[in-house]
Amino acid sequence: MSTPQVLLALLSAGARHGYDLKRAYDVRFPKARPLAFGQVYSTLERLTRDGLATEAGVERVDGPDRTVFAITDAGRESLRDWLDVVEPPTPHVTNALFTKVVAALLVDESPDGLAVTYLRAQRRAHLARMRDFTQVKTADGVSVGEVLAADYALAHLDADLRWIDLTLSRISALRQEVLA
Amino acid sequence: MTATVLTGIDLERAYGKTPALRGVSCAVRAGEIVAITGPSGSGKSTLLLCLAGVLVPDAGTVTYDGRRIDQLPEGERSRLRRTELGVLFQFGQLIPELPVAENVALPLLLSGARRKAALATATEWLDRFGVADLAARYPGELSGGQKQRASVARALVTDPRVLFADEPTGALDSLAGEQLLTQLTRVARENGTAVLIVTHEAQVAAYAQREIALWDGAVVDDGLTDAPTAGARRGSRLAVDDAPQPVATFDDSDAPSIEPGKG
Repeated sequence: MSTPQVLLALLSAGARHGYDLKRAYDVRFPKARPLAFGQVYSTLERLTRDGLATEAGVERVDGPDRTVFAITDAGRESLRDWLDVVEPPTPHVTNALFTKVVAALLVDESPDGLAVTYLRAQRRAHLARMRDFTQVKTADGVSVGEVLAADYALAHLDADLRWIDLTLSRISALRQEVLA
Repeated sequence: MTATVLTGIDLERAYGKTPALRGVSCAVRAGEIVAITGPSGSGKSTLLLCLAGVLVPDAGTVTYDGRRIDQLPEGERSRLRRTELGVLFQFGQLIPELPVAENVALPLLLSGARRKAALATATEWLDRFGVADLAARYPGELSGGQKQRASVARALVTDPRVLFADEPTGALDSLAGEQLLTQLTRVARENGTAVLIVTHEAQVAAYAQREIALWDGAVVDDGLTDAPTAGARRGSRLAVDDAPQPVATFDDSDAPSIEPGKG
C-alpha cells in the first residue's frame, strides 16, 4: 500500500485533519489493510517535511485541537507522477491497481479522465508482458516445464487483465461511489 | 519500416440506428500480426468485416495495397477475398459434403485453377498445419481443432497478403486454440502474411505483435502511439517504469498480495 500517495490523493479533494483522513481512508479502501492512526500522523509529518503537504490551520470541534493539512503544488505534482506510472505487470497486483484507480478518481473527477487513461496504460503493460510469455512458450525447443511456468504466469496476468477490463466497464459506477 | 498494406480511415458503420464504428482509423503493415480487441459490442467484428471488404462502411475509406476497396462492386470485392485477402470465421464453415482436401482447394478451384494442381497445393497447406493425413476425410469426422486447422489452411491456400480471422479459437479448448495460434502465427511469419485477429481474450491477443483496442466503436489504443487515449483530450505522460522480463517462474513470493476477502 502506498500510504503517502493515498493520503495525498485524499487531501487533493480538500484539506483535512489526520482523524478525518483516517476515516476517509477506511471508507474508500474498505478491503485494504487497515491504516493505523500512528501511521497517518507519521506519514503526514513526512509529507510536510518534504513539502508535499502543509499545515493549513487548526480545527477545534468539541475536543482536542486538530491540525488541518492541505496538499501543496509539489504534492499534486508528485501525485500525478505516481499516477502516470503503471505498476510492474507481475501477477497479483490488483490491490495496487485498485489503489491507483481510486486515487486517480480523487485527483481527476472527469468521467473519461486519469483513472481510465491509467487503466488502459496498465492493460497495455500487462498485455506486453503476456506477449513475452507467449513468445517464450512458443519458441523452438522449449521444455514442457518452461511452457507450464509460462502458462501459470499467463493465466495470472490474464486474471488481472480481466479485472482491469471489468474495472473499465464499472468505472462510472465507481466514480459515483468515490465522489459521493 | 515495412510498408503499410491495409488502411482504414475514419470508418463509420451503423446497424439501423445503432452505431458500431464511430470514426475508426487504423493501419496494418505487411506481415504484421495484429489483434483487434474489445468487449462485446465494441465494434471489433464490424471493423474486421469492413477492412476485409465484406461490409461496406457508411463513411470512411478502406485502402488495400494502395487501392480503395470500399467502393468496389461486390463482385470485385469477392474476387479480392478469393485471392489476396483470406477470411476465417469462428466456425470454419467447411462444406460437409466435400472431403477436407477439396474444401481447402475450393478457393483455388473457384479462381479457375486445375483440379489436380489445386488439390496438390491444398495438401501442402494441410501438411503445414499437421493435418495432411486427414485430406480424404469429411469435416464431420474431424475434431473441432482439426476442422479449424483445415479452415485456416483453406483461408491461406491462395497465399493471401492479409488474413482476417474472427475469433478463430472461439470454439476450441485452450490447448487446441494454442496449437492453432502457434501454427497460424508461425506460417504467417514464414509467408509474410499480415494477420488481423479479432478476439476478446487477452491470451489470444498475446500471440499478436500489436493490439488495436476498441471501446464503444472507437480506438482507445492502437499500440503505436506513446500512450493509450482515454477519450479525454489531455496530453498524457504515462510511462512504463520497468522493462518486462520474459522469465516465467512459479515463485511469486515477492509479488504484492491481493486479499480481497480481508478487511
